[in-house]
Amino acid sequence: MSKTPEKQPGDPKTTGHVWDGIQEFDNPMPRWWLWTFYATIIWGVIYTIAYPAWPLVNSATAGVLGWSTRADVATEIAAVEEANAPINDRLASVELTAIAADAELNSYAVSSGSAVFKTWCAQCHGSGAAGAKGYPNLLDDSWLWGGDMEAIHFTITHGIRNEDSDEVRYSEMPAFGRDELLSSEEIDQVVNYVMSLSGDPQDAGAVEAGSVVYADNCAACHAEDGTGDREQGAPNLADALWLYGGDYDTLVDTVSNSRFGVMPAWNTRLTEAQIRAVSAYVHQLGGGE
Amino acid sequence: MSDSNPAPSLYAAREPIFPRRVSGTFRNLKWIIMAVTLGIYYLTPWIRWDRGPSLPDQAVLLDMANRRFYFFWIEIWPHEFYFVAGLLIMAGLGLFLFTSALGRVWCGYACPQTVWTDLFILVERWIEGDRNARLRLHRQKKLDLRKVRLRLTKWIAWLLIGLATGGAWVFYFADAPTLARDLVTGNAHPIAYTTMLILTGTTFFFGGIAREQICIYACPWPRIQAAMMDEDTLVVGYREWRGEPRGKGKRTADSELGDCIDCMACVNVCPVGIDIRDGQQLECITCALCIDACDDMMAKIGKPRGLIDYMALSDEANERAGKPPKDVWKHILRPRTIMYTSMWAAVGFALLFALFIRSDIDLTVAPVRNPTFVTLSDGAIRNTYDVRLRNKHGEGRVFKLSASGDPSMRLQIEGTLYDVVNVPADTAQLTRVYIVASKDAAPSNTANTPVRIWVEDLTSGERAYKDTTFNGRGN
Repeated sequence: MSKTPEKQPGDPKTTGHVWDGIQEFDNPMPRWWLWTFYATIIWGVIYTIAYPAWPLVNSATAGVLGWSTRADVATEIAAVEEANAPINDRLASVELTAIAADAELNSYAVSSGSAVFKTWCAQCHGSGAAGAKGYPNLLDDSWLWGGDMEAIHFTITHGIRNEDSDEVRYSEMPAFGRDELLSSEEIDQVVNYVMSLSGDPQDAGAVEAGSVVYADNCAACHAEDGTGDREQGAPNLADALWLYGGDYDTLVDTVSNSRFGVMPAWNTRLTEAQIRAVSAYVHQLGGGE
Repeated sequence: MSDSNPAPSLYAAREPIFPRRVSGTFRNLKWIIMAVTLGIYYLTPWIRWDRGPSLPDQAVLLDMANRRFYFFWIEIWPHEFYFVAGLLIMAGLGLFLFTSALGRVWCGYACPQTVWTDLFILVERWIEGDRNARLRLHRQKKLDLRKVRLRLTKWIAWLLIGLATGGAWVFYFADAPTLARDLVTGNAHPIAYTTMLILTGTTFFFGGIAREQICIYACPWPRIQAAMMDEDTLVVGYREWRGEPRGKGKRTADSELGDCIDCMACVNVCPVGIDIRDGQQLECITCALCIDACDDMMAKIGKPRGLIDYMALSDEANERAGKPPKDVWKHILRPRTIMYTSMWAAVGFALLFALFIRSDIDLTVAPVRNPTFVTLSDGAIRNTYDVRLRNKHGEGRVFKLSASGDPSMRLQIEGTLYDVVNVPADTAQLTRVYIVASKDAAPSNTANTPVRIWVEDLTSGERAYKDTTFNGRGN
């Protein structure tokens, strides 16, 4: 067993603790390290006074400098909005059809409209604007209420079949089956006729009888040739696109129970510049007229 | 063991170095290299190069804001950054080549640390005098008016050099005349001032205060270099078999003394403060000033030059035996250097090749996948592509777009009935392009069909294409 060496001259003091003959030198921390440590403590105290720090019951101490991340964000948003104010004013005041001709305005409208769309519209129409069953695809060339800038702008401003706006686009298809306006046999006939307009009917023998039912009950809105009427938002039944589906069962359901797609009026939530921006965005997605 | 002393301190303070003035072949070479490298660095941003009205007219410009790198007639876009990477690889391989052939020739002649330190020592000598005067000034404890004046003059001169260094740096990133005017009037961007401040400080500190300590302690290169050097590498060395035993005094016929007269000239001129006669040392940057100093002395005492000289270690045995050393070229041309040269040249040729084949038209095609396709009212299938066209010319161009593949596919451009796009000078333009296939066409009824999107410059007839995919409704 080795012997504990004698303390050498020049060795630092020991702490005085002895365990099994082992002693511990009392080497102090380096001075610079200690001072840095004390400085961080002082810094920490000053920091908690200057900035929000100590949690209280319902909030936290605000800090004497009054700094807050929310206020910072609010300032930044205000700055951006102020910077955009001139072009927003211009966007809100020019002719709707003049937006596309003005490259700078159009670029601003489309990119800000894209942001508005993804915030407010994508929930129903999809982030790529391809829609879903009952929610129109905005990319194609088929429009229920019209696809030029004015029509799109009006639709977004006032919405469809809502109670928000007095100028809302409104129409209502009767529930021919539920309200017993047509018998189930007549419904079968008219559905077969409608299917024949754009493709193959399920039962070719019922088509002719269906054309009579159609002329009496449907042609007023959907037009005699089935091409629909944008004044009433009546869909084109002769093209390849179906909002709810073009198979027999879905069409029977549609004729029997009707459809009542609703869209909010956005003039209560968006500014005119935002509505015009999102109109311009939708218009350039591929179906704009 | 009670008589042992406390452990010695592991820290050694820096010994100040006061290199003496020297003249000779290598010193002249170093003056020329200093003038050329500093000249290139300070003057390059001021060279003008006409690129037409819409592009900057600065010959060398790193335009960060617009993401362009201009180098005389070459313009690098961000997606071509591999050119810069390639140049850096060439610089690395070039460094390997020169190190394996000539040792730390980069350190001794071309490294900015060496060049600026050399310049700072030159300024120091002009102001404070040569080695002996500087030593006297250093040892003089009393801070009299003369010492204060000399020190202040020197520091101000150094600061001005540092300022010019930082200034030249920022001029590479913005139009130099405009930036110079803004800097003087106080209108330049804070980043420009901050960069200049930092570079002024580091130049002052590295070149004036730290000097050889950067090479010895901070720089990783001295540690890496050993991997590239071998016995055939030409390094600065001392022919101790000729010089030893050194000693002062007259050489008589029967004298034992070698050629070294122990005049310390080689030590006094050394910028890193070593004695080359002790052999190869980590500190030595092979600046070759000791060769000049010794040659000068040998001429004075009527001996042949080259007691201290560039030499390869493998020659030592030959020379000790009195045989002539191997030819320099036989040292330099060896597998290692030939391999480095061929790698260096291969990268260089690849870059040149890439530079010559790169097209003036550049397009990227990104298919829009949300949704993958759109059914139109007549049952046709439409795919959408974001086509980004880059016009790298100084003037606007008209591009015609077309699609090839299945003949039923037609190309349309959003917002226009025409199939042409105007792209202004030196811009990239995003265009939404549709490809439509009719209801009964094959592409509409298969899952994927390959399609090639073509772009043609209507003026020059240049063409380029990108291959992509058309999505149909499948089966």
